[in-house]
Amino acid sequence: MTPVNSKKTPFTFESVEPESGLRAALGMSRADIIGEVSACNLRGRGGAGFPTGTKWNLAAAAKVKAGGTKYVVCNADEGEPGTFKDRVILSDHADMVFEGMTIGARAIGAAVGILYLRSEYVYLRPHLEQVLERRRANNLLGQDIGGLAGFSFDIHLHMGAGAYVCGEETALIESLEGHRGEPRNRPPFPVDTGFEGQPTVVNNVETFAWVVCVLSRGAHWFKSIGTAKSTGYKLFSVSGDCREPGVYEFPLGITVGEFLEKVGGQGAKAVQIGGASGHCVPASEFGRRIAFEDLSTGGSIIVLGPGRDMLAVARNFMEFFVEESCGQCTPCRVGNAKLLEGVEMLQRGECSMKYLQELLGLCETMQLASKCGLGQSSPNAFVSIVKHFKDEIMGRTLVH
Amino acid sequence: MLVGQQQRLQDDIRALVERFGRKRSALIPVLQELQKTHTTVSDFAMQVVADELSIHPAEVYGVTSFYAFLRQESRGRFVFRLCGTISCELSGKSRVARQLENDLGIRFGETTADGRFGLEWASCLGMCDQGPALLVNDRVYTGVTPEQVHVIIDECKSTFGAHAREAVHS
Repeated sequence: MTPVNSKKTPFTFESVEPESGLRAALGMSRADIIGEVSACNLRGRGGAGFPTGTKWNLAAAAKVKAGGTKYVVCNADEGEPGTFKDRVILSDHADMVFEGMTIGARAIGAAVGILYLRSEYVYLRPHLEQVLERRRANNLLGQDIGGLAGFSFDIHLHMGAGAYVCGEETALIESLEGHRGEPRNRPPFPVDTGFEGQPTVVNNVETFAWVVCVLSRGAHWFKSIGTAKSTGYKLFSVSGDCREPGVYEFPLGITVGEFLEKVGGQGAKAVQIGGASGHCVPASEFGRRIAFEDLSTGGSIIVLGPGRDMLAVARNFMEFFVEESCGQCTPCRVGNAKLLEGVEMLQRGECSMKYLQELLGLCETMQLASKCGLGQSSPNAFVSIVKHFKDEIMGRTLVH
Repeated sequence: MLVGQQQRLQDDIRALVERFGRKRSALIPVLQELQKTHTTVSDFAMQVVADELSIHPAEVYGVTSFYAFLRQESRGRFVFRLCGTISCELSGKSRVARQLENDLGIRFGETTADGRFGLEWASCLGMCDQGPALLVNDRVYTGVTPEQVHVIIDECKSTFGAHAREAVHS
């Protein structure tokens, strides 16, 4: 009944010496830190996969507007269905996340860091405050950090208030500023005009922890793991119909089939990769790779066993998006509601093939015309379930 | 609302604005703290917060109504939020939902008549490997079974007295 952190494989984070990444960074120039992060090809671990070095480089080059500072923001608004690895990292490796933020601050020249924690994880707050307090006492935050004159940086926590869309970085910044979490038009990008109009780097919890490993062990080590386009290890949150759900660390590029063997999910009917906004992969495609160049994911892997009703799965996802769409743009606000209606029609066995084709056309519109990643990706699950399980979803006679 | 209650609410809001700063970015922290002691963000509270932060009350309403964890109507002293997302569905949340309705005597989206319990759906609680997950105020329960529901409710009832005293003295 009490939550546990089920780590199913060893984590690299456990074997990296504490503060070794920060120590290395303090002995390097800003350009060299960013050079190392760029050279390792680390890409954002939240799901979008933007190259971290490029983001930092842009923020480092951007100018601060009068009287302000740059910001380093850690996105701990882990809201994607099926994702919980950031919760485990924050519980067991909070120091490493703050260490990574401090390295980021040194690299771009920021004085203030903010960890945006989703309100569902409020029970982690006392622990995180304690870790921050200890870091201040040990001169790992505050003035002249680690004895480096003039390097001042501190981190504070900011609680979310329950909105999935705030995981999108511009919505997160809106929320930090006290507004509704409605994504902004881009450009300008946060690296140039972010929190309070200042250059801001927003990275995922896991990304900051990997930065520490990269600085500690070198870009060549990180690059030697994974594939050419998807370097390094990745943490995966595994749930659903498998023997050993929990958090796993694997190199990127692992196939879905290999993955299922490791987690005890053999014989699965399908795997949802990337959470509600991801893709549903049928058994015939289990040879595909989990990597940015094939099946991209922030880490959510949901195993769907042989007896699962794919329409019920699609319905759960669409209910989620209808609830979580911020409502700002029409393709997303109306599109998700129409898709949910469509799933309900399919469940009642009342959807013609012609109408289903129209819905797929609507999906395309949503993917093209929605303002942010939420509406652009929310049709993915519907589209892949319709594509791969047509024989199961058409002409139903049973009322579910 | 009685004048005394209004005065207390105003005093609380002013203290929070002092603490978080008289700036727009303080809005959500102020509303969150306010809700902790007063269980809701009332129309009157929104007006006072708007005055204190020099923004339009409609802005405060816009924010309060946007976020799932801010609310204008009381959901009671103990807010039960059952995770409705896919992994918890796969691990049997529907039966837990039914039993919660049975044992609390209310449906989702409602509050008990005595103002003690409220019941809501939550989007993913991030406990997907140990569902079904239930959040009661700040406390998380995992692997909840239908027969455990009444135990959790009883736990709340036994601490209710203590909570109520806390609220009065804070």
